[in-house]
Amino acid sequence: MGSSLSRILALIRKEFLAVLKDPRSRFIIFLPPILQCLIFGYAASFDLNSVPYAVLNQDGGAASTDLLSRLDGSGVFRRQANLERTRDISTWIDGSRALLVVRIDQDFERHLQAGEPAQVEVIADGRNSNTAGTAMGYLGSAVDAFNGDWRKIHGLPGPPVRIVTRSWYNPNLDSRWSMIPSLIGTLTMMGTLMLTALSVAREREQGTFDQLLVTPFRPFEIMVGKAVPNMVIGLSQSTTILLIAQFWFRIPFVGSFAVLYAGLGLFLLAAVGLGLFVSSIAQTMQQAMLYAFLLVMPFALLSGLTTPINSMPQFLQSVMVINPLRYALDLTKRVYLEDAGFAQLGPDFLPLAVIGVVTLFSAAWLFSRRLT
Amino acid sequence: MSDLSAKLRRIRALTLKETRQILRDPSSIAIGVVFPLMMILLFGYGLSLDVTRVSVAVVDEDASSDSASLIGEFQLSPYFSVTVVHSMAEAKTLVMDRKADGALIIPSDFTRRWHLGEAEVQILVNGTDSNEARIMQAYAQGPVAQWSEGRSAPGAQPSVGPVVVVDRLWFNESNDSHYFLVPGLIVLVMTIIGAFLTAMVVAREWERGTLEALFVTPMRAGEFLVSKFLPYFGLGMIGFVLCLLAGQFLFHVPMRGSFALLCLASMIYLLVALGIGLLVSTLVKSQFLASQLAMLLTFLPAMMLSGFLYDLRSMPVFIRGITYALPARYAVALMQTLYLAGDVGSVVWPNLLILGAMAAALMILTRLATRKRLS
Repeated sequence: MGSSLSRILALIRKEFLAVLKDPRSRFIIFLPPILQCLIFGYAASFDLNSVPYAVLNQDGGAASTDLLSRLDGSGVFRRQANLERTRDISTWIDGSRALLVVRIDQDFERHLQAGEPAQVEVIADGRNSNTAGTAMGYLGSAVDAFNGDWRKIHGLPGPPVRIVTRSWYNPNLDSRWSMIPSLIGTLTMMGTLMLTALSVAREREQGTFDQLLVTPFRPFEIMVGKAVPNMVIGLSQSTTILLIAQFWFRIPFVGSFAVLYAGLGLFLLAAVGLGLFVSSIAQTMQQAMLYAFLLVMPFALLSGLTTPINSMPQFLQSVMVINPLRYALDLTKRVYLEDAGFAQLGPDFLPLAVIGVVTLFSAAWLFSRRLT
Repeated sequence: MSDLSAKLRRIRALTLKETRQILRDPSSIAIGVVFPLMMILLFGYGLSLDVTRVSVAVVDEDASSDSASLIGEFQLSPYFSVTVVHSMAEAKTLVMDRKADGALIIPSDFTRRWHLGEAEVQILVNGTDSNEARIMQAYAQGPVAQWSEGRSAPGAQPSVGPVVVVDRLWFNESNDSHYFLVPGLIVLVMTIIGAFLTAMVVAREWERGTLEALFVTPMRAGEFLVSKFLPYFGLGMIGFVLCLLAGQFLFHVPMRGSFALLCLASMIYLLVALGIGLLVSTLVKSQFLASQLAMLLTFLPAMMLSGFLYDLRSMPVFIRGITYALPARYAVALMQTLYLAGDVGSVVWPNLLILGAMAAALMILTRLATRKRLS
């Protein structure tokens, strides 16, 4: 037992040296998570803060001017042009110069004063229908605000039931608050799984893995020796992102570090286990890399990061039971924003532990089979 | 003359070797064929931005017939599954345990204020998933409007207006998200095959020393590059065709621009991706570094910084600045326009020109980098 431990320790030391002695690979372990965290943090948001739009105002009355100046004053809508003719609309939309064109008919004011519904036509560039939908939603709220004021001024009754929305854990519904804690798991998995898959494949390609197999190391010891360093690297990547989230993006961490790191430890066990599993199947580095990529891609896309899991087809939902990232995302967000404890996170901890143990043992088994 | 034919023969031999290598390595086929198919299926069927059913915990502090019928309206709605609870604390526990996505609170003065025309209900959403929270907020309008309409005396002030917005979504009238996913998918697939796979393949030759072995033959650097280029270009075009077919027959995305221009744009973008892959692998000569760099420089930008998923105009200035240096943004603009809007000259030509210039520059740089290493 003692000698087994010292063998494993020696292997862990060797593994660290192999990864960290090359300055370029040190660089590539820590630079991508930092860059990605910053880029994702700033770019990956469905919120819009700049909507270029053009106006075709055929009415020109006080009400329409007021409505438009509300848009201009919102800080989001940026008026690019006042159009003269209907056919200008297509020039502006087709050429991507405006996301929206707001068109107000000449009888707008007349309808409004007469108490009839006054129409505002909004033409949106639907090439990205998601963005267009969000922009139209913003415009709808601006019009709602206008309506509310108009009703008040003209003594009309307001809507009979008002809906007041409040939000737990993320008071301003800032999408960055849900995005960035999710990156802790996502970026760490991308880095760790690929690094692990490649570390064995590289040794195999260079022939040093066969040398390792003829030493007194048992397959399981080799597994542990490969797993531990990659888990430590993964944990330091997670910590880097956690620090960026707290100190750069200033998202308050309300949970417990003990719970978070217990969860991340299990998650990394699962990620490293999957990496080793991939490398036990792959013959070359190229194969290891590409298979790892083919695994990470759907895991990342179907983890709930961009779209909710429960709106996926039932079949995919059941396949995603094996996706460690979905548990990690749930776990990190809930610890980070909600201060969830061990009791609430059982449904995340358990599958992660199972995935980790199953993949590690099957990788060890595949390696030992190769040996005989 | 014989010089040229020898040259062609060498290129042909190497291209053949490279093609065989692709065909015999299951991972190349996986990336060339399985990856596009997987992405098509995932984007086509797996990813949906709609929340289908929201579970909501309802706290009825009013406990009147009015509040009961409002809850009934939520129960009837296909978007909500309702759990009635007795206190806010209970609702919050359900949300914490993920048994509910949010809560609806009907305050104790609901009926009284309804008769005054100023009733209020509260929606509490779990902001941990801000997108889901926003969608829930929007969904809640439905049952509430339904309820108040049913209750209003006939002839009362209509709940719409005074100003109503009429939406027209050009290029995608039915608001089908496949319309923007398919053009983006083409860019993603080209990026992976062109840059990621090629970067690994060429770096492997450097790593294993088979390139040095090649360089002592009469083979010239340019011939070597051409022979690497052709098979992966072919593989990329297979991916393109798969996406094209999926767009036509699976998702019925209209193709409003000219097919020839769409092909031209894809080919030029594929050249750019291949150029990046070749250049990166020639410069770093290590499979690990080449793959990581290719991922960082091409795939992630194509996903995040191209305008495919996230709107470029809303990004901070310095990130927007970066996107101008990345080929993916031009490719996505081209694909989306050619697919959905048509041959809009003011969009197509500038973007094509920039991509063409990038392709040419990358070719020249790769050629220079390869020659330098030879000496």
